[in-house]
Order: sequence, then structure tokens, then C-alpha cells
Amino acid sequence: MTMDDLYQEIILDHYRRPKNRAPALDGEDVHVHHSNPLCGDELDLRLRVRDGRIDGLVFDGEGCSISQASASAMTDAVLERDLDDALELAEDFRLLMHGTPATRPDDLRDGVVFEGVARFPVRVKCALLGWMAVRDAIETYLAGASDHAVTYDD
Amino acid sequence: MTIDVATVRKQYPTLQQEVDGRRLVYLDSAASSQTPEAVLDAMDGYYRRLRANVERGVYRLSEEATARYEASRHRLAAFVGAPSPDGVVFTRNVTEAINLVAYSWVRRRLGPGDAVLTTAMEHHANFVPWWHAAQDTGVELRVVPVREDFHLDVEAMGHLLADGRVRFLALGHVSNVLGTINPLSELIALARAANPEVVVLVDGAQAVPHLPVDVAALDVDFYGITGHKMLGPTGIGALIAKPERLEQMPPFLTGGSMILDVSAEHVVWNHPPHRFEAGTPMIAEAFGLHAACDVLDELGMDVVRAHERELVATFLDALGAADGVTVYGPTDPEQRSGAISFAVDGVHPHDLGAMLDSYGVCIRVGHHCAKPLMRWLGVNATARASLYVYNDVDDLAPLLEGIEAARRFFAR
Ligand SMILES: Cc1ncc(COP(=O)(O)O)c(C=O)c1O
Repeated sequence: MTMDDLYQEIILDHYRRPKNRAPALDGEDVHVHHSNPLCGDELDLRLRVRDGRIDGLVFDGEGCSISQASASAMTDAVLERDLDDALELAEDFRLLMHGTPATRPDDLRDGVVFEGVARFPVRVKCALLGWMAVRDAIETYLAGASDHAVTYDD
Repeated sequence: MTIDVATVRKQYPTLQQEVDGRRLVYLDSAASSQTPEAVLDAMDGYYRRLRANVERGVYRLSEEATARYEASRHRLAAFVGAPSPDGVVFTRNVTEAINLVAYSWVRRRLGPGDAVLTTAMEHHANFVPWWHAAQDTGVELRVVPVREDFHLDVEAMGHLLADGRVRFLALGHVSNVLGTINPLSELIALARAANPEVVVLVDGAQAVPHLPVDVAALDVDFYGITGHKMLGPTGIGALIAKPERLEQMPPFLTGGSMILDVSAEHVVWNHPPHRFEAGTPMIAEAFGLHAACDVLDELGMDVVRAHERELVATFLDALGAADGVTVYGPTDPEQRSGAISFAVDGVHPHDLGAMLDSYGVCIRVGHHCAKPLMRWLGVNATARASLYVYNDVDDLAPLLEGIEAARRFFAR
């Protein structure tokens, strides 16, 4: 493999200078914690909803560059979106990681550059972590709860 | 005597490969070692010339295969100084060897009020079976902590033994993460002082490939081995036991080969070690393990140890001097094996592993199946480079080069 296939410059930018990375969020409605014990990726995601839209979203965590960069790109792509729209976009990203071309490449914004990760099966989980967390945060919110933790075990 | 690494390497087909035009540098023998021609030939010979089941046939092919299978048992017994070949049970790997003891000894004999003592340094293979048995039986699981110098906390161990309720001690010989060589005699003496009847199991997965081991001299009840880390094939390991312990134990798995007589009313178990080898065993793998013992003995385990001790000293010096590298493990080469865990500032182990792969360097990254230890270290994952007979100082430069490249690439 070559490093450049996996680590596009935009991915490294998100890793080095993440967007919306913070340990707390004013007026937080939901906090989810997702972890990937196998590789040791950890992610905290905090969501604030106003009028059915993602009004605030921050992540914090520890993990490889792919997991952290993808979470950063995710926040950028879903902030300000309606909840069901964000859920749809998360599904688009999930399919992208399984080799299906994105149906909304523009809306995924920097998320599309993770397309190459699909060729590295062991890293797909890393790229998905942030997106699965936002999906869970929204579903948790819609279910009327405020906290949820998920551990991926394969 | 020293190891002529250039000659040794020629015997390993995998090491002749190139990755992207670079020499393959294999630094992951603690996960699984490479396989020399002699081991491949031994397994091939079984399939090409002696292919028959064992312990059953009356024709020459099967008799010869059986004789060679039993010869492998004797060979392994001699290699590790087993109290007797009758105390050598072939298993799939060390995990199965440990489970055998968890099921046929601990779960049968210990109960509420008793304690099993293990350590925070163990591989999950020597931790989870005890945790599970404790859950099922009401036995208390106690865990010896690790000290800041990456050795077991002997003082704390003394306290954990003080009430005399520890009836079983499960201890790793060499840590797969830290490389720490545990002072077995001292630790076992401590446990026996608290309770002379304590039964001792040692996980030797990371010791037998790298150090001269004499199980009888260690005077332990059980000692677990795994073939694929000692130049042998995958799919074979062994439980080395005092034969009298095995005599006292009911079988773990049941079925063919492990009985003397069966009727609807009664079953008579076979004698050890066959009592613990239900079904057709791993015959080719036993042949391969035999050859692996030969290869290691030809090199000489003292020589293997000396080679690795010198090499690990060189690697530790270089990694210690490298910018941003932190090594987790004893600094004294006398007290450690060639498994070197480390962290690189600002680079996640996963990313480091990917970068090193692009340099043709294979290392292990992750939690190394030792999550209690990772928790103690306060990290989710480490990188680990590990050394063996085919490694040499020329493997150091590609490692350092890849580490430095990763530092530049991922620098924030
Ligand atoms: C110390 C130790 N114990 C147990 C094991 C488990 O070995 P196996 O997977 O061959 O059963 C390993 C290998 O990963 C190990 O390093």
C-alpha cells in the first residue's frame, strides 16, 4: 500500500487541525461515547438540537488519524442540517465505506476524500466511528434520551 | 557461539520476499514466528509419505505415523524439560492448554472461599479463563499489580496471598507486551509459603521460544506452550503437566481416542496424556513442532537467548535515543525478552503501523490481548517490535527510518 492512497492531504489537515473539537458543548442535549476496543479509538460526541436541526456538534477523543479526521469532517458536513437529513448523509457515508459511490458527494464535503479508506478494510471502522456516533446521537435524541455508549466489538 | 543471521534467514522462505522493492523486515515474532524449511518439510513429509490417522491403524503407514506423532511428544518433552512425556498433552495452542486446566482443574476443585491469583501483566489467554471460571464458581479472582519499573509488585503479591485462600496461581513467564521476564522461582516460593498446596500454572508462550526452559526444574504443576511462536506451525500447542496432576483430572473434551471402554452404562477414561486428546489430533503440526525443536536446539537456546539479549540492548539504546519515543518495559536486557512496546509522540500506533508497513517493516499495534495491562499503562494501544533468531541489527535502521517518517508525516 502507499501512504498517499490512505492519507490524503485533506485527511491529514483534519487530523492536525480538527474542526469542532471540544470537550464540552453549551446547552448539550445528547452525549454519546463510542469506542472501538480493537484499535483503541475513543470518541465523545455532543449534540445540541434546535428546531429539528443540528445546532451544535462537537467531538473529542483519542484514536488514529483516520478516526479523528473523519469525525472532524463529519461535524463539518452535518452541522446545521435537519436531523433526518443528517441521518441520510450518515447512511451515504456508510455505504461509501463499503464501496458504493456517494449519492451526495457535495453534501459529504471533505467526507468524500475518505473514499479510498474503503480499500483498507481494517481502517473502515476508524473512518466510520464519527458517523456512526452522530447517527446514534440523533437516534438517542429522537428517542428522548440524553446519553448512550456503544462499544464495537469486531 | 553466535547466530549467523544471514545463513539462518535463508531457511525462511517468507523472509526472501520484498515489499515495494524493500527487504521484508519482520518484527512481529511475538505474535507469530516465521517458519523454517525444516518445519515445512516435516509437515509436507507427513502429507506426502505418512498420511494416515494415528493411534488406530494396524497397518504400517499408520503405525509409522503414530510412532512419529509420539516421537514429537518425546521431542517436546526433552526440549522443555517436561517431568515426563506422559505429562505432555498436545492442544491447539496455549489458550486451549490453559482452558483445559481451567475446566478440568479449577472449575472442578475450587469454589466459594477459594481464590485464584493471576497478574495484571497477563495475556487474555491467562486471564479470561480464570475470570470466567470465577464467575461460574464463586471463586475469587485476585490480580497482582505491576510496579512502575514494569515488574510485578512482589510486596502486593505477598498481601494478596496472606490469608492463605489462594489455591491456584496463574502466572506468565515472559510478558508479551513489556518483555518482562518474571522471577518465577521467587514468585512461586512466595505463593507456596502462604499455602504449600497451591497449584501453579505458568503461561510459557513467550518464554519457550526465547529462553532455555526447564519445566521440571521450575517445579510447576502446569506449563503452557504454543507452537506458532517457536518456529512451529499454527494449530498446535501443549500443556506440560506433572503426570500425577493429569491422573487426578477428568477430561476436558470427550469423544474418540480419549477412552478405554464405552458402554451405555459406563465410560473408562484413557490414561493421560491421551485422556486429554479427544478426536484426531494435529498430526502434521506435531511433526512440524518436532522439527522446530530440532531447529532451535541446533542453534542452542543459550545462543538464541544471548543473540536476543544483545539485539534487544541495541534496539533499546536506539529507541531510547530516538526523538519522541517512549519504551514501556524493563531497561535491563537481562530482565527482559525481545518484545519491545513503545509509543511515538503525536502518532497513533495504528498510523505508525501503516507507515512502517510502507517501509516493509511488520510490527504489531494495538492492545496485544492484554487490556488489564493497557489500562494500567493508561494507553489504548502501543506499538510493539519483537525480535527473534532471524532478526539482526540491520532491522533497526528501517524501523527508525519509518518511525521518523511517521513523526514528520503526522506532526500536528
Ligand atoms: C503471553 C501469551 N500468552 C498466550 C498467548 C496466546 O497464544 P495462542 O493464541 O497461540 O493461544 C500469547 C500470544 O499471543 C501470548 O503472548
